[in-house]
Amino acid sequence: MARTFREAAIAGIGATEFSKESGRSELQLAAECSKAALDDAGIHPSEVDGMVTFTIDNSDEIGLARCLGVKDLAYTTRIPGGGAAAVATIYQAMAMVNAGLCNTVLVWRAMNERSQYRFGQPHTQNLGPQAGNGTGSLLWCMPFGAQTPATWESLAAQRYMQQYGVTNEDLGRVAVAQRKYAATNPAAWFYGKPITLEDHQNSKWIVEPILRLLDCCQESDGGVAIVITSLDRAKDLKQKPVKIVGACQSIPYNVEVISNYYHADLSMMPEAEGTAKRLYAQTGMKPADMQAAMIYDAFTPQVLKQLEGFGFCKRGEAKDFIKSGEIDIDGILPVNTNGGLIGEAYIHGMNNIAEAVRQVRGTAANQVKKVERVLVSSGMAGAIFEKV
Amino acid sequence: MSTPNDPASPAPAAPPKPTRLAPIVTLDAKFFWDAADKGEFVGEACADCGKLRFPPRPMCPHCHSVKRNVVPLSGRGTVYTWIQPRHPAPFGFKEPPIVATVELEEGYRLVTNLYDIALADVKAGLPVEVFFAPTMGNHQVPVFRPRAK
Repeated sequence: MARTFREAAIAGIGATEFSKESGRSELQLAAECSKAALDDAGIHPSEVDGMVTFTIDNSDEIGLARCLGVKDLAYTTRIPGGGAAAVATIYQAMAMVNAGLCNTVLVWRAMNERSQYRFGQPHTQNLGPQAGNGTGSLLWCMPFGAQTPATWESLAAQRYMQQYGVTNEDLGRVAVAQRKYAATNPAAWFYGKPITLEDHQNSKWIVEPILRLLDCCQESDGGVAIVITSLDRAKDLKQKPVKIVGACQSIPYNVEVISNYYHADLSMMPEAEGTAKRLYAQTGMKPADMQAAMIYDAFTPQVLKQLEGFGFCKRGEAKDFIKSGEIDIDGILPVNTNGGLIGEAYIHGMNNIAEAVRQVRGTAANQVKKVERVLVSSGMAGAIFEKV
Repeated sequence: MSTPNDPASPAPAAPPKPTRLAPIVTLDAKFFWDAADKGEFVGEACADCGKLRFPPRPMCPHCHSVKRNVVPLSGRGTVYTWIQPRHPAPFGFKEPPIVATVELEEGYRLVTNLYDIALADVKAGLPVEVFFAPTMGNHQVPVFRPRAK
């Protein structure tokens, strides 16, 4: 293959059902969602020549390649940073296609995160430092009782809330908006189950006074896969191509994933601001060019902080933006129209990326009108998808 | 009169065994936990340019020296953020602790616990001072309580 620059596009998306007990191995979930994404694209699984997943995905590339009958795997890589870097899978796949190194890059994330292990429970079995996860300082949290993602998130979010007078009720409006989307998305775990702000305020404290139960994403079993190829090739495939206009990552000095307490000002998100700056510079675009956004919502404060980090509102103004309905289907910027990780499922951010693809294709359950471009953010990485 | 060996007298209550998780000790942070075991609160400074750094690491990000000094810290700081984990219960605690990030006088933050204060009374900027709490395995970790201004 000639190594000339080629634009990249998303040609296929696939997923398993989202459940609390898949009843099969994570490798099987990975294989099923990968096959679904390749079928969606109209590409034979044997043609995959690049693979990208998370450092903490438990399935091996070779194991998955053997399931799919991949005939010649040219490139494999994994992204650090857990969910915060989810969009970096797209970034790396794009780069592999741009560089002319791969023709068919398969991105996957599959996990039995409810039935086999639980991210929401104390992580006291994973005490030691683990390279490649971007969370080097968790060991400075464990003996003090900060042992769950909700506690780690809250210790930083509390500063943001202090600074801008954000209340737990303000956070609740994110959950209400997303559960409303989930209620009309048949693929969502919380399909048909909207909540009110009162329900939110009556849900138990997970971390007082920051996060209630309904501020937290789910624990889910399932898999999501995405197929990236060249834009030229994607035009001849089964689906309308979704162009990756740009994608990037930003990890500023002293920022880390989740146990992120060592940079100068915890009321802001240097990684989101850094990603936004790089992404807008790379694409020549601006927030107003987006008709929707899919934002990594492990916990509700993330949505507010990333809306600000990506310039959809000024610092401290996300609570008012949300309160006035701007993230709803008829707002300025519909957000997480699948219900997000809170309402649809928690497949480590990948299901929100798939929703961005559906919005650009025009096939979402909660379709936004006249979508040209969607921004996808996982906090530490971002991408812009565009209709061709 | 009863003696300690008198079967009629109740045995003196042994202090409860610590249930807090022991610190996870890495080679580059061993100095911190060794000092904590002795009730000393210390930091890591570059032996060449003198700048403090946290979390500990083997190279100074400013001058790239690998020479390090262990320096005593004042043990004074102010509360930056604070939370109380409610569900699930944190492992190693009978009652959920207040977890906080404290900004040290020396200019950096660390995660710790606050004692001798109710959650509702904690405010940003509250002056605090270090003391040590026991853990499983006969270790200690630095925790904080309010101090007089």
